[in-house]
Amino acid sequence: MLQAETSSQAVGAQEAAEVQEQAQDHVQEQANGADLKPLLEVKDLEVAFQSSTGTVPAVRKANFSIYPGQTIAIVGESGSGKSTVAAAVIGLLPGTGKVTGGQILFDGKDITHCTRKEYEDLRGSKIGLVPQDPMSNLNPVWSIGFQVREALVANNIAKGSEAHKLAIQMLEHAGLPDAERRSKQYPHEFSGGMRQRALIGIGLACHPKLLIADEPTSALDVTVQKRILDHLENLTSELGTAVMFITHDLGLAAERASYLVVMHRGRVVESGPSLEILQNPRHPYTKRLVQAAPSLSSQRLSAGVEAAQSAHEVSDSSSEQSDSDEVLRAENLVKVFDIRGAKGEKQELRAVDDVSFSIRRGTTLAIVGESGSGKSTVANILLGLLKATSGEVYYEGVPSSTLSAADMFKLRRKMQPVFQNPYGSLDPMMSIYRCIEEPLRIHKIGTREEREKRVAELLDLVSLPRSAMRRYPGELSGGQRQRVAIARALALNPEIVVLDEAVSALDVLVQAQILQLLTDLQAELNLSYLFITHDLAVVRQSADEVIVMRDGKMVESGSCEDLFANPQEDYTRDLIAAIPGGSIPLWSGN
Amino acid sequence: MSKDTIYPGQEHSFSDIDETGLGAVDAVPDDRPPASLFGEAWRQLRRRPIFWISAALILLSLLMALFPQLFTSADPRYCVLKHSLEAPGPGHPFGFDKQGCDIYARTIYGARASVSVGVLSMLLSVTIGVIMGSIAGYRGGWADSLLSRVTDIFFAIPFVLAAIVIMQIFKESRTIWTVVIVISLFGWPQIARICRSAVIEAKQEEYVTAARALGSGGWANMLRHILPNAAAPIIVYATVALGSYIVTEATLSFLGIGLPPTIVSWGADIASARSVLRQAPQVLFFPAGALAMTVLGFIMMGDVVRDALDPKARK
Repeated sequence: MLQAETSSQAVGAQEAAEVQEQAQDHVQEQANGADLKPLLEVKDLEVAFQSSTGTVPAVRKANFSIYPGQTIAIVGESGSGKSTVAAAVIGLLPGTGKVTGGQILFDGKDITHCTRKEYEDLRGSKIGLVPQDPMSNLNPVWSIGFQVREALVANNIAKGSEAHKLAIQMLEHAGLPDAERRSKQYPHEFSGGMRQRALIGIGLACHPKLLIADEPTSALDVTVQKRILDHLENLTSELGTAVMFITHDLGLAAERASYLVVMHRGRVVESGPSLEILQNPRHPYTKRLVQAAPSLSSQRLSAGVEAAQSAHEVSDSSSEQSDSDEVLRAENLVKVFDIRGAKGEKQELRAVDDVSFSIRRGTTLAIVGESGSGKSTVANILLGLLKATSGEVYYEGVPSSTLSAADMFKLRRKMQPVFQNPYGSLDPMMSIYRCIEEPLRIHKIGTREEREKRVAELLDLVSLPRSAMRRYPGELSGGQRQRVAIARALALNPEIVVLDEAVSALDVLVQAQILQLLTDLQAELNLSYLFITHDLAVVRQSADEVIVMRDGKMVESGSCEDLFANPQEDYTRDLIAAIPGGSIPLWSGN
Repeated sequence: MSKDTIYPGQEHSFSDIDETGLGAVDAVPDDRPPASLFGEAWRQLRRRPIFWISAALILLSLLMALFPQLFTSADPRYCVLKHSLEAPGPGHPFGFDKQGCDIYARTIYGARASVSVGVLSMLLSVTIGVIMGSIAGYRGGWADSLLSRVTDIFFAIPFVLAAIVIMQIFKESRTIWTVVIVISLFGWPQIARICRSAVIEAKQEEYVTAARALGSGGWANMLRHILPNAAAPIIVYATVALGSYIVTEATLSFLGIGLPPTIVSWGADIASARSVLRQAPQVLFFPAGALAMTVLGFIMMGDVVRDALDPKARK
């Protein structure tokens, strides 16, 4: 039922012409540098982890190289071995991991089996690292300045007051305003973007020849991500540092790197110049990855199940007759939180400030915004999990504040959420059967046998085998869990599904699968979706109407196509421009 | 350096197709039994020899407590002074104590008092602790502040000292239940604290929010989602606590303020063995050894159960 493969139709055919044009414009020069030596060369690298059941290969015969000053990217999903390769290069393989074959040459020297001392000399001064998670990679008990100084002192670059001065200089370079004062502050006083700048400062403190950036911005908002990456690019080109990006984001990789290495399940499946790979992928996996990558050039997904569409034609046509068939309308929603200010005084935070919208039956409304924009608060108000300070939600014209508790309970049947974290939204103590059955049981629907039949149907609907019923959430992958969460949301035949970042935590292929599933289900069951996301590219694929939110306020709203083709507000334009690789035309499938 | 430069060794290349497709990777496991938390824990426990040793010790002490007749036909209260401190002989493998009672019989019968005090105090303090802890954790706000302060007050009182004082009050009317109540009275705050933090952790999970969005009410959520997920640390602590409650009972009986003298108990026997330690050390050795083995059994069990239930150790 799940038509993952049909997502090829998603990527528009009209873009193919543009791809051709661009490819012709793009002249490739063959480097004549026979004297050029690679800075880092990885030859037939094999890494394996010891586990109780034997050795598990994590990297299998990986080959690639980096030249001085060059930026390359290793792209892959989680579990593809991309971070393991980076850890092997810098000698920081976790626990039971071991290089079991091949060579790593740095500056012509074999560093595959260095001693601990040799690695210590290498790290920091020759190879720098910007780790993945800015929230947990700075020590909370030391000031930022101290942590930069630590890098300098550990590599014998400077000592004492000289180190202090250099550290401030480094932070300034990394783009931290007012570095002198900032260096005395502690990590919790920094925002995510500022922490990442500090980590970049630490990574570059000793002017390494190679900087490994492991998902440096995956935890940050898109506009912040763009600024940080721009800055990193300037810095490294100034210093002549080679950069090795580790990322799951094909668009980001193509935009920032000249050479791409695509990894899949421990193997390098394809490598080459980035544009060449994006526009002419050869390996089937890369092809699927490029197709699945949401980008601005992609179009609204269409349902792959045509039979289902015709089956619902009757209800569809009736709903299309009245254009104002709205399922849900929110009017002037305001939510104010009481918070404590810096000095403990009472303050108000207007998390949602005068937001109004409506959702028509069978369509998708997307609310887009960065973290802190109030988009999830809106979702919680709609779901009745939070009370709005003022404003009203009308469900099929009935204001929800006038509903009794019993009516509200009935209303909940028609409105179901799917949350972001596939690891957190299913109770680990319950089997999949009990997870999906729960809504039916709470609303006292059917007998035991009927409920069991319904659960089996729902599993079919989300393309999971019926045998999954007996499993526990811990046994399923992220994508499978998200499908279970969708099945649970659909158990009560809701009319509205609120998807709060429902695909953000998933790998790109799984994400494409889930989006296609949602689109198919929408066509089949005439569902209305409220899509809460920070990812504009995903919005382009799945939404009919879009609202852009910032700091609790609505910045812009309109139909999806208008908004992308013709954004009215600067902020919307920034958001669209910040999508990595948004302007790169992709291979669109044959 | 131009972005379009192609260096030697960096030409476009791709590998042959891998032997297994993506579908095989994302398949739902089909060949093994479902892995519930407790199911997995059981599978892991089964492989640990320590688990079997401690289970055997616990089973033995439970059997001794429930059916002492299985082990001995002698009456622990039938004492003949002429046998005082007699060495082990046929029919009396551990010999006799000062009063001329059979030590083997007393050691077997002593298990009942120790094990029942341990189990009952554990059940009572878990009940009080879980109720207090879950109200504090789930309600939050003033309920949390109030209950947490009450917990703190009980924490501040030294356990054995307070128990001595309170048992003193019931000097004449002591039963097993007075000991159980006193131990639970000072044992629940630990469990309340553990339960409170586990509940706070579990109630913020998205599956609880999802259940709320379904219209499931507060305490139903508590019983269905929050408590089962908070159970693991409480189970672990309760197992270890059971062992330490048995020690506490023995301590109180040793001091002469625990169980009434009419009940055969290891603590009381250890106390009376003190005076004859030099002449007849076996009088002390057997009840003390039985106490140590029983407590060891429960504490080792708590240890392996913790290893099996700890999600961090499992993945």
